[in-house]
Amino acid sequence: MAHGILRELADSSAEALRAFGRYALFAGRLAAETPRALLRFRLVIEQVHNAGAQSLVIIMLSGLFVGMVLGLQGFDLLERFGSEESLGSAVALGLLKELGPVVTALLFAGRAGTALASELGLMRATDQLSAIEMMAVDPVRRVVLPRFLGGVIAMPLLAAIFSMIGLFGGQLVGVQLMGVDQGQFWSQMRGAVEFGDVMEGVLKSAVFGVACSLVAVYEGYHSVPTAEGVGRATTRTVVISSVSVLLLDYMLTAVML
Amino acid sequence: MRGLHYRAGGREIFSGVDLDFPRGSVTAVMGPSGSGKTTLLRLITGQVRPGQGLVEFDGQDVSQLPRAALYRMRRRMGMLFQNGALLTDLDVYENIAFPLREHARLPERLVRHVVLTKLQAVGLRGAARLMPAELSGGMARRVALARAIVMDPELLVYDEPFVGLDPISMGVVLRLIRRLNDTLGVTSIVVSHDVREITAVADHCHLLSAGRIIASGPPAAVAGSEREDVRQFMHGLPDGPVPFHYPAPEYADQARRVT
Repeated sequence: MAHGILRELADSSAEALRAFGRYALFAGRLAAETPRALLRFRLVIEQVHNAGAQSLVIIMLSGLFVGMVLGLQGFDLLERFGSEESLGSAVALGLLKELGPVVTALLFAGRAGTALASELGLMRATDQLSAIEMMAVDPVRRVVLPRFLGGVIAMPLLAAIFSMIGLFGGQLVGVQLMGVDQGQFWSQMRGAVEFGDVMEGVLKSAVFGVACSLVAVYEGYHSVPTAEGVGRATTRTVVISSVSVLLLDYMLTAVML
Repeated sequence: MRGLHYRAGGREIFSGVDLDFPRGSVTAVMGPSGSGKTTLLRLITGQVRPGQGLVEFDGQDVSQLPRAALYRMRRRMGMLFQNGALLTDLDVYENIAFPLREHARLPERLVRHVVLTKLQAVGLRGAARLMPAELSGGMARRVALARAIVMDPELLVYDEPFVGLDPISMGVVLRLIRRLNDTLGVTSIVVSHDVREITAVADHCHLLSAGRIIASGPPAAVAGSEREDVRQFMHGLPDGPVPFHYPAPEYADQARRVT
């Protein structure tokens, strides 16, 4: 029995490695084609709009509530040490360095990522990708790459909006509801948050943007051309993106702290 | 095509197929479902490569071409997919303009002229601004046909062009296949299992079964073949070399096992 478990473990590790290799090759192909895709930037801008606009409402709403919860929890915690005036810096650092990029990426994977994967999967299932190839056009360059770059560009913008709305939510609860001094809230924040903290968030959201968009376009492009295959690709997109984001978050935090 | 062998999913799809498609004519490739007709088109257009054998288009071996050369060759081909395969985020006009915009830097006035001419040829100039979701099956097929001819190809391949069409749409598509072939001087390959329809427009027929060509020639000659398997397919006989019953154990044995 132990032998069977070991063999299964070895098989799944080998399969995971093969999958990683396939992802790496696909990412390499996208990277090689990127300069040419940037020459037709209009296609990329369209996809920034698609990915960004699709996720905007959900990002803004979530940002507001996450900020409000941070305000509430932060106030409760800091009050125990008599330092409620530090609430502004706690909310800002929490949002900019961690919650902004991570929650945005998870929401992006669930909203725009699944839309991307199912769109490409349906294009595969209805022969649209084959038709593009038959018209002597490379579907990776014309269809996949603009969508990938659109997601990569949209993610940091969405994370910035998330953090901004979150700060507003934190302020709403901390200052308006719990009575923290408005001046102290903002001045503590300005004093504590450094340029490096902001850049940490930007870098994280850029990396998450690459990861989530890559997973979505890879899974969609390589989906089995059936209704079931498209459904499976969509599910895999959410699962792989979410796990990758949390894993990458730990690695990036460990490197940057 | 010479000595073509192709395997997929552990199954031999073609085992030594030789085929010719004369320039300027309409050639039909018929065969039962699952006989590899669509795969044959994918081999001709270089979407898949054979395990063995030669697929030649205008003196070039399609199966050996690198990607850039294959793409150059495909500009001389047009393909009509079974469901049309129109790009769902573009309207009819933009679908037809797609290859022009990708391959030629033409002034918009000229693009418009070419697109409207092709739409006129398939009778759908009035549908230029409709989205694919607003088209009937027959209209989608005609728009896809207009897109397939927009680059003035030398070879047009049709994958099951009559599937799911009502008799009027079928008649329109049939007439278009013949008319486009004659007026544009292209070579047409039509894959289909609609015997009556396709034999009405084809100049030559090939009948594919179990990975081999079992009959070739003018439609009338193939229809009049004495071979049992050819007769069964051409006349739609329910029983014959392809049996009505799927292989099964003795009825009594199976019934006993179930109870």
